[in-house]
Amino acid sequence: MIRIAQSALLSRHRFHWPEALFWLAAVAVYFLFPQYLAIATTVLIVALFAVSYNLAIGFAGILTLGHGLFFGIGAYCAGWIALLGWTEAVSGALASGIIAALVAGALGPFLLRLTGLPLIMVTLGVSVIVYEAANKASWLTGGDDGLTGFTMSPLLGAFRWSVFGDTKYFYALGWLFVLFYAVKRIVASPFGVSLQGIRENALRMRLIGTSTLRHLVIAYSLSAGVAGVAGALSAQSNAFVGLGVLGLDMTIDGLVIVVLGGIGTLYGALIGAPVYMLVKHFAQQWNPFYWMFVVGALLIVVVRFGRGGLLGMAQAGLAWLIRR
Amino acid sequence: MTSPALQARGLRKAYGALVVTDNVDLTLASGCRHALIGPNGAGKTTLVGLLSGALQPDGGRIALAGDDITDMGAHRRVKQGLVRTFQVSSLFPAFSVAENLYLAISEHAGVTSSLFRVAGRQRLLLERAEMLIERMGLQDDAYRPVSTIAYGKQRLLELAIALALEPKVLLLDEPAAGIAAAEAGLVLDAIAGLPADIAVLMIEHDMQMVRRFATEVSVLVNGRMLMTGTPETVMSSEAVRAVYLGRAGR
Repeated sequence: MIRIAQSALLSRHRFHWPEALFWLAAVAVYFLFPQYLAIATTVLIVALFAVSYNLAIGFAGILTLGHGLFFGIGAYCAGWIALLGWTEAVSGALASGIIAALVAGALGPFLLRLTGLPLIMVTLGVSVIVYEAANKASWLTGGDDGLTGFTMSPLLGAFRWSVFGDTKYFYALGWLFVLFYAVKRIVASPFGVSLQGIRENALRMRLIGTSTLRHLVIAYSLSAGVAGVAGALSAQSNAFVGLGVLGLDMTIDGLVIVVLGGIGTLYGALIGAPVYMLVKHFAQQWNPFYWMFVVGALLIVVVRFGRGGLLGMAQAGLAWLIRR
Repeated sequence: MTSPALQARGLRKAYGALVVTDNVDLTLASGCRHALIGPNGAGKTTLVGLLSGALQPDGGRIALAGDDITDMGAHRRVKQGLVRTFQVSSLFPAFSVAENLYLAISEHAGVTSSLFRVAGRQRLLLERAEMLIERMGLQDDAYRPVSTIAYGKQRLLELAIALALEPKVLLLDEPAAGIAAAEAGLVLDAIAGLPADIAVLMIEHDMQMVRRFATEVSVLVNGRMLMTGTPETVMSSEAVRAVYLGRAGR
């Protein structure tokens, strides 16, 4: 065994048993809380979006505030693919993801020359412009009314999209599982390691011979593809696409989850999504006007006391318990 | 006759009215040990920037092993075998020594576009990293974050990264600057142990080091090349003395 292979950067492909807990918990939710499958599906979809956001912002260091754009593109594509008569869900979601990835691949060479604050502002600007354009282009997006009137054919030809939401729950879980491990492999690949080098010191990477812009565009595109699939899942499982999928809220939710869970850690997005969505859900029930107060307080506590988000806090807590 | 490892002709760089590189010619034979000296502000670091591609010259040409690389970007020059180190350590501070080296090695092996391999299972590359760690005597710090190791060790890592890229021409920008005297010996030994076929250009202030290292010395003053010759000729030259001693005596 070569010792260098044990180092954090080079061992991200390893399986850690707590990972299994997440998937087991996700299956357990189906049996324990069948009445909550609709919100649980939303949690999985937002978790997938956060995984994609984390790939861009946490691993490649691309400071974007426009990631919701690709979620929205994926959602509208999936809606239109179904409206045009192609109602098979898996291929529809895949095609939507590929379209989102292509859009990011086209934007990337222009956007990713920027870094830091200019990049944040320009990505924010692009997503606001697209939101307004989508609002105007009601022939394409349905405007305020959104896209409706499509139904997906039974999943894999066997499972009907019932009102109980069990099909869409496992459908979303399946996508999250596959794409989470795809992203995990990407992060552990030589390409992924090189990305993290660019995040740390882009100038130095150029001077060891890396074509940094090319790497960043590929990462941006892959990340957008995953976000696009997440958007498609939202369209397919709700049989509806509204302007909200392009809204800034989507991006902010994703960003908060990434930070809450632990930025640049693979599992952070998986932990952050259920925590954030549940806190948001119950806080909204508690008080529909002041619920943001709860979310804000949680964020402050985690960022102040937990380096590496909830995951970092959990690890620190565990280490403290073991020491005692 | 074979082409020199690196050749610059008529290099010029100005920032507004301030000419920092003024019609500079420089030739590095393959396997040479060339030192570049000159007072502060002479334009030494700018010259390294021009040669490595971090800066674009306003005029003049640069050739690497006979091929013109003037319009080539910095990262492509590295692929062609032209590698530089930095005066102030420029590393990946949050990563360990071994991880820093892996980044350079995997880039040099041309695998960083691969999404389908697993970095931690690339045995040959990992072994190469371990080899370089041993060769540079960095074993004790190999798995610590670079931000926590001694400055002298960081300079050694800087050299190790350069070697990982298997350069034909190596530009060392004050490799021993800012190191505690106790650690300087390590860096000097590492430089003395560089493979003989690499052409090395070292920017250095310390005359002791220049004498020990260089077979050829160029003197840069106010952006102009004052003279090039053996260390003995240069150090006994009246013009060079005037520049150094004259300034000191004023």
